[in-house]
Amino acid sequence: MAVALRHGTKVWHRRDRGPQFAIWAAWLVAAAIFVYCWQLISDKTIWAFVTDAPQQAADIAARMVPPDWAFLLKLGRPLWDTLNIATLGTVIAIILAVPVAYCAARNTTPSVAFVRPVALFVIVSSRSINALIWALMLVTIIGPGVLAGILAIGLRSIGFCAKLLYEAIEEIEESQVEAVRATGASGAQVTAYGVVPQVLPAFAGITVFRWDINIRESTVLGLVGAGGIGLPLNAAITTLAWTRVSLILLIIIATVVVSEWVSAKVRHAII
Amino acid sequence: MSVAAIGPRRWTKPPLIGRAWLRWTLGIGAVAYLALAFGTTDVNWARVWEGLPRGARFFAAFFPPDFSSRWDDIAGGILESLWMTVVATVIGIAISIPVGIGAAKNIAPAPVYYACRSILAVSRSFQEIILAIFFVKLFGFGPFAGVVTLSFATIGFYGKLLAEDVEDIDSSQAEAVRATGAGWLQWINYGIQPQVMPRMIGLGLYRFDINLRESAVVGIVGAGGIGATLDTAFNRYEFDSAAAILLVIIAIVMLVEYSSGYIRRWVQ
Repeated sequence: MAVALRHGTKVWHRRDRGPQFAIWAAWLVAAAIFVYCWQLISDKTIWAFVTDAPQQAADIAARMVPPDWAFLLKLGRPLWDTLNIATLGTVIAIILAVPVAYCAARNTTPSVAFVRPVALFVIVSSRSINALIWALMLVTIIGPGVLAGILAIGLRSIGFCAKLLYEAIEEIEESQVEAVRATGASGAQVTAYGVVPQVLPAFAGITVFRWDINIRESTVLGLVGAGGIGLPLNAAITTLAWTRVSLILLIIIATVVVSEWVSAKVRHAII
Repeated sequence: MSVAAIGPRRWTKPPLIGRAWLRWTLGIGAVAYLALAFGTTDVNWARVWEGLPRGARFFAAFFPPDFSSRWDDIAGGILESLWMTVVATVIGIAISIPVGIGAAKNIAPAPVYYACRSILAVSRSFQEIILAIFFVKLFGFGPFAGVVTLSFATIGFYGKLLAEDVEDIDSSQAEAVRATGAGWLQWINYGIQPQVMPRMIGLGLYRFDINLRESAVVGIVGAGGIGATLDTAFNRYEFDSAAAILLVIIAIVMLVEYSSGYIRRWVQ
């Protein structure tokens, strides 16, 4: 505890002078960086548009009600596509993530020196590129459509699933594996009876969790042409059909809420 | 464990789902769904086939990527993404602190609690991209719309975690501070803040990470940052520049993730 003498009386301070000064200096540097960055952003902003924004917002909001309910009938197909993109993408990701996770986990990898870094690099590069960028890339390469969306979601999810899965594999209880090995089981049998049963609940949980995130992400993939409900959303925004935009946004929120509920239920049942 | 009726006892693996009817329903449902999904997914295989050489060209563009010919655009975009991330993280966290404290059940009165919780729910329910589209409409093209988008998304994330952290504190410490006759602000500052601070610094850095990743995307809809440069590169089929941008994004994300992980370990 830091105590300072002032006019002969002891006064309590939270910190000694040194740490206090270090914290003050850190705040000063942080504030300076923030002001500098803000200045650069501010230079690139047309402030007339920003001051105008409340009016614009009120205007758009007024044009959005009431939602164009008749359009609902035409949204069935895009919604089905969105669901398929998320689900099939998750399936692809899981199929590819299992071997990657197996190679990345310290206790199951065939080779710590060679295979593990490769697996970790796959995980990192898949994770650091957003699904929308994957979609942008795939739309350019294989053309617009649902397939690009499925592959984008799949490629984005490999890293996420593999990372959580390899952490689960690293946390397994080694004594069970050893017990299976002691019965004379082969390498594949050790994996099947010693490792898999221990990570299966985590695996199912990760799958459902990622599926929930993928539903959320697949709603916007259509903005770059990769199918799903983002396509009509983009079309409605570019044609300024605000009543349709509000309807689609309501549908998206409903879908996200339902998928979150399903995923929470399933995870609750598993764990 | 099941035992066969006749002969030596045999062991079979226990199934993941215990109830047989549920197992079969899920299995058949999954097969039916997959059949239906594959059946109704339109894929233009001719277009995919046509795209494969292009894909090969894109893959080849990574060896080596072309950093030089668009370097000014790439550097400008990356720097803009970084500024946006810094500003948005600071503003988002600054706003989410009062909202998060208000959304903690143990210290906020009921009306404030519900108001703050609904702010958090609204902020969390929209994808960043959808928000970005609207903010671009409102504030015009450029990084300002991106900053608003990322700040808005940060409020929902950080405010919710802060509220949960404040709800989990050791209340006897807070009570001890209150018993000294501390005012409300002193109570927050000395009784609650020290308990949540280490975790919140870590989460702030984690959110910085997320904002950096997202700032690479919001540019696609015109909200500033490296995303706009990347979109242009793809639209012009300049795959070697696109490869360079992707590598730069991966490198910066890895760098930030690694250093924030290091700082988090150091703080905790």
